[in-house]
Amino acid sequence: MTAAPPIGFAGPDVPLLEDVRSCIHCGFCLPSCPTYLATGSELDSPRGRLHLIGAILDGRIEANEHVLPHLDLCLQCRACETACPSNVPFGQIMEDARAAVVAGPEAPRAWSLRALALRNVVGRREVLRAALAPARLATRFGLQEKARPWIRRAFGLRAPMLEAQLDALAARPFRRSGVLARPPEARARVAMLTGCVQGELTPRMHEATLRVLARLGCEVVAPPAQVCCGALHAHAGDAETARDLARRNIEAFEAAAVDAVIVNAAGCGAAMKEYPRLFRNDPTWLARAERFAATVRDATEYVTSIEGFDRGLGPIDAVATLQDSCHLAHAQGIREAPRRILNAIPGLQVRELKTPDRCCGAAGLYSLVQPEMSRAVLEEKLNDVEATGAEVVCTSNPGCTLQLAGGIVSRGLEARAVHVLELLDESYRARR
Amino acid sequence: MGAPRTHEVARGTLPAMSTSQPTLAVLVDELTRALGKSSVLARPEELIAYEYDATIERARPDIVVFPASTDDVATVLRLARKHGVPVVPRGSGTGLAGGAVPVQGGVLCVLTRMNRILEIDVRNRTATIEPGVINLQLQEAVATHGLTYAPDPSSQRVCTIGGNVATNAGGPHTLVHGSTVNHVLGMRVVLPDGRATFLGSRVPDAPGLDLRGLFVGSEGTLGIATEIVVRLVPRAEAVRTLLAIFASIEDASNAVTRVIASGVIPVALEMLDREIIRAVQHSRDVGYPEDAGAVLLVEVEGLRETVEQQSAQVIEALRAAGALDLRIASEAAERERLWEGRKSAIGAIGALAPNFYLLDGVVPRTRLPEVMRGVEELSARYGFRCGNVFHAGDGNLHPNVMFDSMEPGATERVLALGAEILRLCIEAGGAITGEHGVGLEKRSYMEWMFGADDLEAMSRIRLAFDEAGLFNPCKVLPSGHGCASAHSAELTHHLATPGVYV
Ligand SMILES: Cc1cc2nc3c(=O)[nH]c(=O)nc-3n(C[C@H](O)[C@H](O)[C@H](O)COP(=O)(O)OP(=O)(O)OC[C@H]3O[C@@H](n4cnc5c(N)ncnc54)[C@H](O)[C@@H]3O)c2cc1C
Ligand code: SF4
Ligand code: SF4
Repeated sequence: MTAAPPIGFAGPDVPLLEDVRSCIHCGFCLPSCPTYLATGSELDSPRGRLHLIGAILDGRIEANEHVLPHLDLCLQCRACETACPSNVPFGQIMEDARAAVVAGPEAPRAWSLRALALRNVVGRREVLRAALAPARLATRFGLQEKARPWIRRAFGLRAPMLEAQLDALAARPFRRSGVLARPPEARARVAMLTGCVQGELTPRMHEATLRVLARLGCEVVAPPAQVCCGALHAHAGDAETARDLARRNIEAFEAAAVDAVIVNAAGCGAAMKEYPRLFRNDPTWLARAERFAATVRDATEYVTSIEGFDRGLGPIDAVATLQDSCHLAHAQGIREAPRRILNAIPGLQVRELKTPDRCCGAAGLYSLVQPEMSRAVLEEKLNDVEATGAEVVCTSNPGCTLQLAGGIVSRGLEARAVHVLELLDESYRARR
Repeated sequence: MGAPRTHEVARGTLPAMSTSQPTLAVLVDELTRALGKSSVLARPEELIAYEYDATIERARPDIVVFPASTDDVATVLRLARKHGVPVVPRGSGTGLAGGAVPVQGGVLCVLTRMNRILEIDVRNRTATIEPGVINLQLQEAVATHGLTYAPDPSSQRVCTIGGNVATNAGGPHTLVHGSTVNHVLGMRVVLPDGRATFLGSRVPDAPGLDLRGLFVGSEGTLGIATEIVVRLVPRAEAVRTLLAIFASIEDASNAVTRVIASGVIPVALEMLDREIIRAVQHSRDVGYPEDAGAVLLVEVEGLRETVEQQSAQVIEALRAAGALDLRIASEAAERERLWEGRKSAIGAIGALAPNFYLLDGVVPRTRLPEVMRGVEELSARYGFRCGNVFHAGDGNLHPNVMFDSMEPGATERVLALGAEILRLCIEAGGAITGEHGVGLEKRSYMEWMFGADDLEAMSRIRLAFDEAGLFNPCKVLPSGHGCASAHSAELTHHLATPGVYV
């Protein structure tokens, strides 16, 4: 029923009408959408966003400055997909819509700039390291304490995330590649995605993951040719760069000839399992991407598939709670694995959050791009965390860990935020 | 970007009331001054997100407002009336009759921000709430006091109590507890001219005409409920949920009669046929057997001992009726899983076909087997796949006809099939809607059920509330209020629009 060509959408990634049409407008997704809960407006709901995208495709409205903010306010947390009885591929539609906007001749400057920054900084390891170097140097002299008041003044709502990132820079980055562990009589050969910012900002997650995998008898390699997974690029509408990075990773990991590719960042894992989506117009790469995607495993998923992972654990006497990272629970459908790990740790008291699978507001770059909504969503999460009395808040994604760490500091809670595997690693080591 | 251009396709096909632009501009101004900027939407791109409910009816409002109080609502109605602009109330927009779609434009009054629970009176077992409170939220809030709010539409996670009141919503547990009308004691209502009043009372059995009963189920045509007093019931001490598996719908329908004849009235008795079972399992695994012809979901509740005894009786009746297998859930998690399948059933069909037409009819329970056979034959004759899910205990059936509106002629054929199925319901002594309401879609079928005198009487009652005929116009009653031609125009519109046709 296309009445007029879409205005403001362009390029090969324009959302598919059949995807948008699969929404039956039942509204079941509304109560799980953090932005709808915050604004109470259909415009900021999954159903409303799909309807706006549909109206753009029909040529009934333009993708203009009155419409795009509502698409931009979406966290891409995909809680709506879990709630949707009609299997609407919301994540895909939203990524396509953003790509179609960025590819358009009149893309808003902020969107283009974001894509540009991601392409040239996050997508390039050397540039990223150089960009972080001065801040890293400052932490060596303990300057982050001095910088704190200034950051809070200058960055307001964005401060918690930035402070957490600055604190994280004090640790030594994880920049290893090649063979990382080779236990005798390895049960499997696996590769680790070392990622872009992750090795720089949350190196302990990698160290813990590596120790856990080695302990469970895996030979672990990190192909040096691997690159950023491209998730942030895809989310921001830079499908071209996402495809480029995906192709390079597929080549790098294929060459490593491993049984599984282990990813401890839920956002990256989801993106890599979904590489085939990027190649819907490219049959050759589509087939290759499908083969590759089948080898990708989230770290918690892989660890719990190994018989006996729950043996030899030492006690951790603490109250813990679990934040289901959105791209683990909603995008990869994994909820049990992190819980099995936590429940296996002796002495650990696990208390569930009231809404463990509601977004924490980190959402990739979101905390920096949409500081107000991000903060509102974080505050809700902190209320939930506080009510459990947890001393350890576990997640399955570096972004969530940093966001929660920042929130914990800003609210003055007595707690720490870690990846589930960091706690598992601690528990193994507590056994000695 | 260039100057905003819009393509008002949706409104173009409907006989718009067309309020003049200058009038609208003045009204927007006045509303903004009264409610604040963040409570009024008037840009075309924004209004488009309020042109729908869960049907495929589409009509763009001219203005959307989010009142925060009874006073706000009164102000909105007064200002709109002053300018002769129609008003339509809206809750969460999950309605299945097009009731919240503003077919003649005007002001759409969205009540979701009025979502406070004002009082829970544990001793008198009542709660006073604002209309935007979500059904499940109310249930959760009173659960801590050992109480529950009984009506549980499948959409309860999303729909508002205000919408439930307007549509007299039912649900699986309506079988024993009755639908919304049995659980609303009274409510504050702002009448179409902006005056506020209280219908019913805070105690049961108020004297005088039961205007409360009249308002419940009036589908947003008599005024806006802004404060609702509901009755709460104690939560059952024990609950047992059973899933019985049958070779065919007919066997399962006979089992329904047998269970009830056994003297037990389960709190819920729900049936899903093969198509629906497959749709549900395709959407998420809730443990329904995909090779079954039909399943019955039966729930009994009460005191611990009675539940034991009753479930034994139910099991016996189900076995005698030819149940192939039985699954019994007493743990909360297992029960929830069984119910999740039922509650997502309608949405799950969305993934099987580009469009589906969800029907809502009701027949006396004992006529179920033959009516079901009729539905099956009719859909086969029209060449459509049809899945059935229904509140079998009270004879409320929901055939879901799957089709593709892009296929030439399919929509007309589906509509004709729907009409035949509803006729079948009437012939069996039933009615054209069991719970979703008449709204926009079924207005023309009202003539099949009611004579001219009855309709005239209803129309006069409506005029007593809304003499200007500007309040949620074109809903429920087949003609009058200046939009007699609306229905045929809508049908043309359906041909083109994707989604579920309801
Ligand atoms: C998948 C699915 C399953 C469903 N299952 C059931 C079911 O099991 N049982 C059932 O009964 N219904 C069911 N429904 C239909 C729907 O959820 C109900 O009709 C519900 O009561 C509508 O509530 P709402 O808040 O979404 O109202 P809306 O759709 O926004 O409005 C419905 C009607 O109520 C009027 N209205 C809303 N608020 C007020 C108010 N405060 N004062 C006056 N009028 C008002 C509107 O004008 C409109 O006419 C289902 C819907 C879907 C999509
Ligand atoms: S992805 Fe998250 S924020 Fe975006 S519409 Fe879905 S639930 Fe809402
Ligand atoms: S739950 Fe799915 S089908 Fe229903 S409105 Fe949301 S996206 Fe659409």
